[in-house]
Amino acid sequence: MSATHDAPDESGVTRAEYCALACAEVFRGDGEVMASAFGTAPAIGARLARLTFAPDLVLTDGDAALVDGAPAIGAALSSLVVESHMPYRRVFDVVWSGRRNLIMMASQIDRTGNQNISAIGDWARPKAQLVGVRGAPGNTLNHSTSYWVPNHSPRSFVEQVDVVSGVGYQRAASAGPAATRYHEIRRVVSNLGVFDFETPDRVMRLRSVHPGVTVEEIVEATGFDLAVPSVVPETRLPTPLEIDLIRTVIDPRGLRDREIR
Amino acid sequence: MADKRLSLDELVGELRSGMSIGIGGWGSRRKPMAAVRAILRSDLTDLTIVSYGGPDVGLLCSAGKVAKVIFGFVTLDSIPTDPHFKVARQTGSIDCMEIDEGMFYLGLLAASHRVPFLPTRAGLGSDVLRNNPSLRMITSPYDDAEELVAMPALRLDAALIHVNRADATGSGQILGPDPFFDELFLGAAERRYMTTERIIDTDQFAAEGPLQTMCISRLLTDGVIETPGGAHFTACVHDYGRDEEFQRAYVSAAADPDAWATFRQRYLEVDEPDYQAATQEAPSERAGQLAGDAKEREVAK
Repeated sequence: MSATHDAPDESGVTRAEYCALACAEVFRGDGEVMASAFGTAPAIGARLARLTFAPDLVLTDGDAALVDGAPAIGAALSSLVVESHMPYRRVFDVVWSGRRNLIMMASQIDRTGNQNISAIGDWARPKAQLVGVRGAPGNTLNHSTSYWVPNHSPRSFVEQVDVVSGVGYQRAASAGPAATRYHEIRRVVSNLGVFDFETPDRVMRLRSVHPGVTVEEIVEATGFDLAVPSVVPETRLPTPLEIDLIRTVIDPRGLRDREIR
Repeated sequence: MADKRLSLDELVGELRSGMSIGIGGWGSRRKPMAAVRAILRSDLTDLTIVSYGGPDVGLLCSAGKVAKVIFGFVTLDSIPTDPHFKVARQTGSIDCMEIDEGMFYLGLLAASHRVPFLPTRAGLGSDVLRNNPSLRMITSPYDDAEELVAMPALRLDAALIHVNRADATGSGQILGPDPFFDELFLGAAERRYMTTERIIDTDQFAAEGPLQTMCISRLLTDGVIETPGGAHFTACVHDYGRDEEFQRAYVSAAADPDAWATFRQRYLEVDEPDYQAATQEAPSERAGQLAGDAKEREVAK
């Protein structure tokens, strides 16, 4: 690949900042829902959305509380302003009520939006045991779910995931109306571009390329037949306010630059 | 009122091989590790472990105690996976029921409420159903006729939890931010055991924390065991955080048979007071010793 990921483009915005911005866009129009964000770019994105175009968003401390404002990434738990108690048992009340928008990570993601965090290889005796399905099966059926994949390659964007943890469009459809009723895979954000499933047959489509990346690079780094529109826009440029918030308020320690390799 | 105080040995004496044992906590947080270590020293085997898994699952797998694990994840939190659980899975040495963590909650709740199952969307369309052919579906008897997963009750022979404070009659107090699902593990089990940092008089609970921290009633416990440091090396917030350095030493020792033998000898083949004493050593000294021992063995080879 020719793009150097950490290098600023002409406007001085880094790839990590485009990724954070693309994650923030996932929360646009959401109103008062709990934003859960795993990974650095999603965590920055949720805070950026909260501070700008999605002011009613409810943020978590990543532990057992909902917090006011948009605390800096890596801030001590004790420094946060708590607005509500949110232990795990109560998280399920939120998940199953649908009042949540989630960006989680994916070790593998496929063409119809299935995600895998369980195991690589045959489930019965995997080549590599990963963390486990966690809440992915239930999350994907109950509220909007998006994915963050910081290492876009044919190994992460695969034709078919090894263990369906998060449920994609085709699997949900074949499981029936109870599965599709609240199912939405909104976006996939990678270090190379932004993707959605806004195609007639609900397969993954290239939505935008991050500045400095070509469509060809993305197609080459994707292990399945990606839907590519005739015109692919670039991921939008952050506003001066947005870039200032990212750099000085949300991530002053620059943790975003450690995530994008 | 009954005095429910037990020793760790008495607790292990009430368990049997082949039992289904639920373990409270979450990941590498507030795990009843002293009880787990006591099981490691016992001749119990063939256990089914039901856990929001952390190093409890890994350690029990490492000692060949486990026939089956029921889990939604096994993680050390600050380290994504447990090395011993990985090996157990990748060598196929254990059976598994891997389910969504919400299904897990409903399974415990169903067992607590003595109903055979609870309905949920979680699992539909995922490989959880494919990999667990024993899971069945239920059609809503109402007009919607939705077809949902019937998550079966996860009935337990025994449950183990660890709390910050308890009294001798088996009431417990959790002073950290999250009670997790400990109450439901107890509710789902035939025999219920609670280890605690400190046994205090009942009238001292109020001085330790507000009413909602007193979340384990004696209706739910059969035995209470005082084990200071009993969640180490997992986090027991309010009393101590996770011992990250020790956890890293655990993970790196697991990668090397010699280092693991040293780790086992120093920390697992000793009784609980000696374990606690060994972990009191200065962290740098402790890590240095482990590395040094491994190096010595390397040279000896």
